[in-house]
Amino acid sequence: MATSAAQQAPTPGAGAPPAADDLPVVRLRHPWRWVSYGVIAVLAAMFLHSLVSNPNFGWDVVGEYLFSVRILDGLAKTLQLTAIAMLLGIVLGVALAVMRLSDNPALSRTSWLYIWFFRGTPVFVQLLFWGFISALYPSLSIGVPFGPSFFETETNALITPVVAAILGLGLNEAAYLAEIFRGGIQSIDRGQTEAAQALGMKRSRILRQIIMPQAMRVIVPPTANNTISMLKTTSLVSVLSFPELLYAAQLIYSVSFETIPLLITASIWYLVVTSVLTVGQYYIERHYSRSDRLEGLGRFGRLAALQRRRTVTDLGQDAR
Amino acid sequence: MTAAVQPMVEARNVHKSFGHLEVLKGVDLQVAPGEVMTLLGPSGSGKSTFLRLINHLETLTSGRLSVDGQLVGYREDRGRLHELREAEIARMRAQIGMVFQRFHLFPHMTVLQNVTCAPIGVKGESRDVAEQRAIALLDQVGLSDKVRAYPQSLSGGQQQRVAIARALAMQPKLMLFDEPTSALDPELVGEVLDAMRDLAASGMTMIVVTHEMGFAREVADSVVFMDGGVVVESGKPEQVLRDPQHERTRSFLSKVL
Repeated sequence: MATSAAQQAPTPGAGAPPAADDLPVVRLRHPWRWVSYGVIAVLAAMFLHSLVSNPNFGWDVVGEYLFSVRILDGLAKTLQLTAIAMLLGIVLGVALAVMRLSDNPALSRTSWLYIWFFRGTPVFVQLLFWGFISALYPSLSIGVPFGPSFFETETNALITPVVAAILGLGLNEAAYLAEIFRGGIQSIDRGQTEAAQALGMKRSRILRQIIMPQAMRVIVPPTANNTISMLKTTSLVSVLSFPELLYAAQLIYSVSFETIPLLITASIWYLVVTSVLTVGQYYIERHYSRSDRLEGLGRFGRLAALQRRRTVTDLGQDAR
Repeated sequence: MTAAVQPMVEARNVHKSFGHLEVLKGVDLQVAPGEVMTLLGPSGSGKSTFLRLINHLETLTSGRLSVDGQLVGYREDRGRLHELREAEIARMRAQIGMVFQRFHLFPHMTVLQNVTCAPIGVKGESRDVAEQRAIALLDQVGLSDKVRAYPQSLSGGQQQRVAIARALAMQPKLMLFDEPTSALDPELVGEVLDAMRDLAASGMTMIVVTHEMGFAREVADSVVFMDGGVVVESGKPEQVLRDPQHERTRSFLSKVL
């Protein structure tokens, strides 16, 4: 095809010496790049040297505690707390996003108010509130509004440090996720909803089958980002004396005074889990963009499809 | 087209405003069962809005609009129109197929899933039945080899033919086409018009908003020319297209022909 195009196209400057058309390209050189490589290499070497030579890092202590039962137990609690708080955040966040987009002004304004409040105060303060909730409501009861109660219990028995941690993190996360989900839903072309409506689908089905699967492509990256952020925010829960990863490390160094090595130990685990989550994010994103990759055809099928498409176009032109 | 037959679509004094802008200023129309009607008119004439009113994608401001004897989107009670519930509107829409200018296929579904999702999800058909009909319909529009492809890998003409098959899969009694070839490259228009021509030959009632004069002349039973939110002129294609009575029709046709 390329040759035929070249033959048909009138060659500009035809008749000039043939060598003049055959010009080699000299790529632009970047000498300052080499200088920057050099500077960064020196700085990196200095840092690595200090890692090895500075005894205050206490790598032997890190090695000692990295797989210790107390640290691993803290890690497990961190992972559980992250998972449960995110789950609560996702379920509540979807509900809030749908409420926010609802035609019902009572629902949409309630959602707005929730998001305004939980985004507007620091999550650390919210965690403290949940931790000290019994000072506000010493007992909780279920009954007729403003009337008699059937069941009453002490707040401290119900809102344990675990529950306070889950509520504090999950309710706060829901506000942020609600905005992410709303953005995702609104990013889908209105024509998708109209096409689905024209087929007789109802709103709930349109949201589930048509909008959400497409919105996921917009929703997944920031949600994964928030999950990674949540993993590290769980460390705030140490103020509620909940023995997650950081609190486990703090308990150890409060006795042994090996502060830096234990903070490094905790950091290593945060980095490891974040890396695993990043890989997971890659696969989830890939799953939701599968329609872009003409899946089900394979590489050769894809080539054939492209070729067929070209043939159809050519035939169409011939017909004219 | 005799008075004895109940019209498939009947509009009487249909008004539609968006805020202060009155887009339809009293439209009266009748479409008989099996009739193919093309709606012509300059942009902004209200023809697309009128089409979208027929399956209640737009809400009526006032007037009376019915499909197959049933008011669209409303219930009449003591001289007033009351809005219907979502489920009732959805049930009406399921009987009316619509094809959009920009196809609006569902990009996360394969061609087969696009065509079967509504029959399975809305009508409760079994997967087997829905897929059999879908494959037959895709064969009818010449796309039986694209069953497992995703919309994005198809040309515009192919996508629009899938959209036609998707609408037909609900076995509608009326098909609405909103400028179905306007977003297509010129060489792809023919394949979509061919599919529509076959559909017209099968006896489907169709309302087509289009700028394809050839289609209007050869396939349509009637041509309606709209301008400024009213029907200016309507009749047989040869009559409206060859010998328009109104100046506005004449000047529009002189620009597009």
